[in-house]
Amino acid sequence: MAERVIEIVGLRKSYDDVEAVRGIDLHVERGEVFALLGPNGAGKTTTTEILEGYRPRDGGEVTVLGHDPARRERKLKRRIGIVLQSTGVDPFLTVRETIDQYGAYYPHPRPTEEIIEVVGLREKRDTRVNKLSGGQQRRLDVAIALAGDPELLFLDEPTTGFDPSARRNAWQLVRNLTSLGKTVWLTTHFMDEAQFLAQRVAVINRGEIVAVGPPDSLGGRAAMKTRIRFRLPAGVSAPPGLGETSLPDGSFELSADDATRATHELTGWALERGLSFETFEVTRPSLEDVYLELTGGEEGVE
Amino acid sequence: MSDLGLLASQVTSTNRTFWRNPASAFFTFVFPLLFLVIFTTLLGNEEVDTGTAVIKTSTYYVAAQGAFGLISACFTNVALQIVFARDGGVLKRIRGTPLPPWVFLSARVIHATLIGLILVAITVAFGAVFYDASVPTGLALGQFVATLLVGAACFSALGLAVSGMIPNADAGPPIVNAIILPLLFLSGVFIPFGKDTPRWVVLVGDIFPVRHLVDAMRESYLGLTESFAWSDLGVMAIWAVVGVAVASRTFRWEPSR
Repeated sequence: MAERVIEIVGLRKSYDDVEAVRGIDLHVERGEVFALLGPNGAGKTTTTEILEGYRPRDGGEVTVLGHDPARRERKLKRRIGIVLQSTGVDPFLTVRETIDQYGAYYPHPRPTEEIIEVVGLREKRDTRVNKLSGGQQRRLDVAIALAGDPELLFLDEPTTGFDPSARRNAWQLVRNLTSLGKTVWLTTHFMDEAQFLAQRVAVINRGEIVAVGPPDSLGGRAAMKTRIRFRLPAGVSAPPGLGETSLPDGSFELSADDATRATHELTGWALERGLSFETFEVTRPSLEDVYLELTGGEEGVE
Repeated sequence: MSDLGLLASQVTSTNRTFWRNPASAFFTFVFPLLFLVIFTTLLGNEEVDTGTAVIKTSTYYVAAQGAFGLISACFTNVALQIVFARDGGVLKRIRGTPLPPWVFLSARVIHATLIGLILVAITVAFGAVFYDASVPTGLALGQFVATLLVGAACFSALGLAVSGMIPNADAGPPIVNAIILPLLFLSGVFIPFGKDTPRWVVLVGDIFPVRHLVDAMRESYLGLTESFAWSDLGVMAIWAVVGVAVASRTFRWEPSR
């Protein structure tokens, strides 16, 4: 069995009368990117901040790199890097000075120039922090978390507020980290982010884990029906007996247990009549479909 | 890096940040001099009976505005810098690193003390050049420096303590001013006490540390080594301990939500 970098058993946490985390069990293995996915207020940040040592827990056992994070030991803090949802830095220092300063807190800092390269801030290395754009500041957050060359990196919603190309860059950055052998704990409410980055995903809703697994088979996704959607030329009526439903835009949709057979039947039917479909689409259920089903579509996903 | 090395580099980076905010640095330095000029212009040719000596008002104000400078640097600036750093999330980030909290806080206090000492030196030099006020020597100089160090420790500790009671950055300046401004007035920083000072004002000055700082700075500055009261330093030391005790209970690393 691979080494478990994070182990959570029966974790509980309440704020006043609200149970934010209701007895969750999770583990993360060395070298994997693990994503905790859930709507706002589901307990993602609470769980993450307990692992980071910011919050005490009410019940359960938590181990991070063999330490209890609640004890806030310096030995543990030297081995982890944290990207919080919102934090500031001294506005008047430059990018390089900031990374240098944080690197000095760790026994084996990574060379500042190397980090600047990894996060793509080379052109901004001598720019003061208060002159950076939002996306650049977020990259600086990651740079600071990397300063101590951590084994384990916590990324709490690292791409919230990014434009699409900045997100792509950030994803590439996280992939680069895993190629360096880092373990990454990621929280997100973006399905595509979890899909793209994580080896395993846990979906959390109302403080409970509702599914854990690789993104491809999460929540029985592998077993869910494939959807086929097609549009026929004008004046042609739909083939009988396939159980399709017609949609408001005039196209048809059907759910198939056996997508291969259904596709073959449909295209065969069309070829026999010398027709071609105006549109023809085969889609597996997306992680988003699974997610909405698991979380009951509550509170909306931002 | 050893913890002491970290402390030194932390002081350096605090200092770098301080000077890169020129507006803030400028007014920190100009304020006490501004008051010194205003008060000596208005009242400079009169004389003040401090109870131990009769001196020119301009001389009186050099010591009093030096005290004001030290209090601004240590109490006001430490409290506000901490509150702003906390609201901006800097403290929370620091808390997630292996930097020991004492190193971070000590660096702030040491830097504030250095700024306070520079302020006092400027005020004294200004007084020597423009108001012909002499610079203390010998035992008086020793008393003066001891007063500054104990005063810096006392007001920095109180600044840390107060930072925990300020809910957010917007509330910072009004709360800090509401605490310190009345005390400055009731401790003879801006207006020298006459013979008819009400008893309750004297009592307020006895209890809180501001007048003890002003008195000790003035007596040592004037070279009145006989009437210099070590008990003034004792009261400030007690307040320093109170400040540290309160800060250790109320200090917060995260902004309140």
